[in-house]
Amino acid sequence: MYREALREAIDEEMERNKLVFIIGEGIAERGGSYKVTEGLLAKYGSLRVRDTPIAEAGMIGVGVGAAIAGARPIVEILYIDFAMLGMDMIVNQAAKFRLMTGGDGRVPFVMRTQGGAGGGVAAQHSQSLEALFYHIPGLKVVMPSVPADAKGLLKYALRQDDPVMFLEHKHLYMSKGPVPDGEHIVEFGKGDIKRSGKDVTLIAWSNMIPRSLEAAEALAKEGIDVEVVDPRTLVPLDKELILTSVAKTNRVVIVQEAVRRGGVASDIASIIQEEAFYDLDAPIEIVAGLNIPIPFNLELEKASVPQKDDVIAAVKRCLHPEQFTARAAN
Amino acid sequence: MQNAPSREILEKIFRTAYRIRVFETEGIKLYRQGLIRGYFHPYLGQEGIATGVCAALNEGDYVASTHRGHGHCIAWGADVKRMVAELLQKETGYCRGYGGSMHIADIHRGNLGANGIVGAGTPLGVGAALAAQIRGSDAVTVTFSTDGASNNGTFLESLNLAAIWNLNFILVIENNQYAVSTRIEESTRDVDLYKRGTSIGVESHQVDGNDPLAVYRLTQEAAEKCRAGKGPILIEAKTFRHMGHHVNDPGKYMPEDRLAYYKARDPVDRARNALVEICGAPQAEIDAIEGEIAAEFSDAVEFARNSREITAAEFRQFVADY
Ligand SMILES: Cc1ncc(C[n+]2csc(CCOP(=O)(O)OP(=O)(O)O)c2C)c(N)n1
Ligand SMILES: [Mg+2]
Repeated sequence: MYREALREAIDEEMERNKLVFIIGEGIAERGGSYKVTEGLLAKYGSLRVRDTPIAEAGMIGVGVGAAIAGARPIVEILYIDFAMLGMDMIVNQAAKFRLMTGGDGRVPFVMRTQGGAGGGVAAQHSQSLEALFYHIPGLKVVMPSVPADAKGLLKYALRQDDPVMFLEHKHLYMSKGPVPDGEHIVEFGKGDIKRSGKDVTLIAWSNMIPRSLEAAEALAKEGIDVEVVDPRTLVPLDKELILTSVAKTNRVVIVQEAVRRGGVASDIASIIQEEAFYDLDAPIEIVAGLNIPIPFNLELEKASVPQKDDVIAAVKRCLHPEQFTARAAN
Repeated sequence: MQNAPSREILEKIFRTAYRIRVFETEGIKLYRQGLIRGYFHPYLGQEGIATGVCAALNEGDYVASTHRGHGHCIAWGADVKRMVAELLQKETGYCRGYGGSMHIADIHRGNLGANGIVGAGTPLGVGAALAAQIRGSDAVTVTFSTDGASNNGTFLESLNLAAIWNLNFILVIENNQYAVSTRIEESTRDVDLYKRGTSIGVESHQVDGNDPLAVYRLTQEAAEKCRAGKGPILIEAKTFRHMGHHVNDPGKYMPEDRLAYYKARDPVDRARNALVEICGAPQAEIDAIEGEIAAEFSDAVEFARNSREITAAEFRQFVADY
């Protein structure tokens, strides 16, 4: 399971390096809201596993300071929405320290948090905010979609020296999948083909991977062969993997749960058109969340973020753009 | 005077205070000549605080600073050559010209750096203290903060974290009674900022920031208490700037009588007097020290002017993996 994979990564790295420690709300005795840190207090003690008061700016800042001073903190923030309280520490301190110090200072800081809609927890607990961090030079942005990647990426995060926004998804904690035992490391900037196919390149991350895979299976029954590309880390981005797939399929659909406006999908689309324009046989399709806060009502919530059918429809549009005259007329 | 610090300490305090005075006074001239760009927030008038605090700390301790950071950097033992080089955006500067006045840091020697964001040094300093605790070290971290920063949310959040975790952390509030042109009376009902610490169970003190020896003694006690597991500790040091907020601020809003009051209690004069009165240092010796420090600054300017800047190729390589 995804949450167990995360726990394994933290456990193994804490075992390996005494400077790794974790702080957050209710993560010690209680084991965290998503049970990721269960058992760690008993094993490592209250020096290295501690609860914090509800002080997100403070705990993120303290984590950044500890990282600057050479420790390897993991700060768990309950919801990505709450990370907004610590934005100064992330954006103005952690992200900039290495450059501001001419490379002498490093910030091996890992913020683990989770986002995404679907839990009926409404507008302040459902956002997908990766684009905010993606926009800030100096941060690494990691969004694992399966348990094995969750483990391998978190282990890597705890061994490299830059600030990492490790963004989990609330719907993935219970998801299952094989996880290699022990030393399993996934380097940043190495994407993964989650399903290979020849007709369309579908780029997605985090919870949009399982959704896209479902869509791909449905499309396979209609004889459409979709390649699902998971960059795994948005910063750094595995451009090579994406461009290689585009060169093969000549068609691209990008799926993101986050709102469309100013999103990472738009940026990936712009990279593809810059670097692979002549490989494309159709306009790039983007499937994204609506440009709104997430509503509470279940049906409206579903309507706000990409569903399987939205993905299927986009793939079909991409295969037969000439049939979609609305676009041409516009 | 009872418990007078050793001659060695008194001389160190005077040298440091004077070195800061020269750095700022001469630095402003370089700024006016157009050799330094951007923001330059002089520490003139506040030298007693950084000087007294840093004289009481040990190698291996940490300091975090503010936008008005030259004094802390010098008091922490920075190489004036590399500081001037940084202000002149040279490759030999502490940050190779990438940081400038508001970001000088020396992480290898425990200086977490100046900061362009008012208040940011507090959580960062608490973080360094936490790192020391995790490491099992008894190192103390001092964050130099300001009256302005004490109204920022992270002031309470991070000091409270330091308190519940018993960290070796000293928060020094340099209360110069202004945030740019805003008087402290306009920012808070109770201008005695040390009470903020008392209210959350942190041992807190107030001291005359223009008295380097008093600051030194208090910090020494505070550091000892921290190392004995009784941290964190808050010190409010009252002081006053000798001029406007930055080089280009005439500071007309600062009442002349207040300025005169504080100038009559000049921290550099007090450091000098202590050396003369307590140790009987002759004038010739004082002159020699002052001459030496002035020469050191001239050498630093020479060094900086003769240093090269980062090349475009080095820059591209440095940022390649961003
Ligand atoms: C978060 C933030 N807000 C505003 C500023 C702009 N600013 C720079 S210095 C300053 C005044 C600071 O006053 P104080 O904190 O008392 O420090 P002092 O300048 O008196 O040393 C302000 C408002 C800033 N740098 N950071
Ligand atoms: Mg002030």
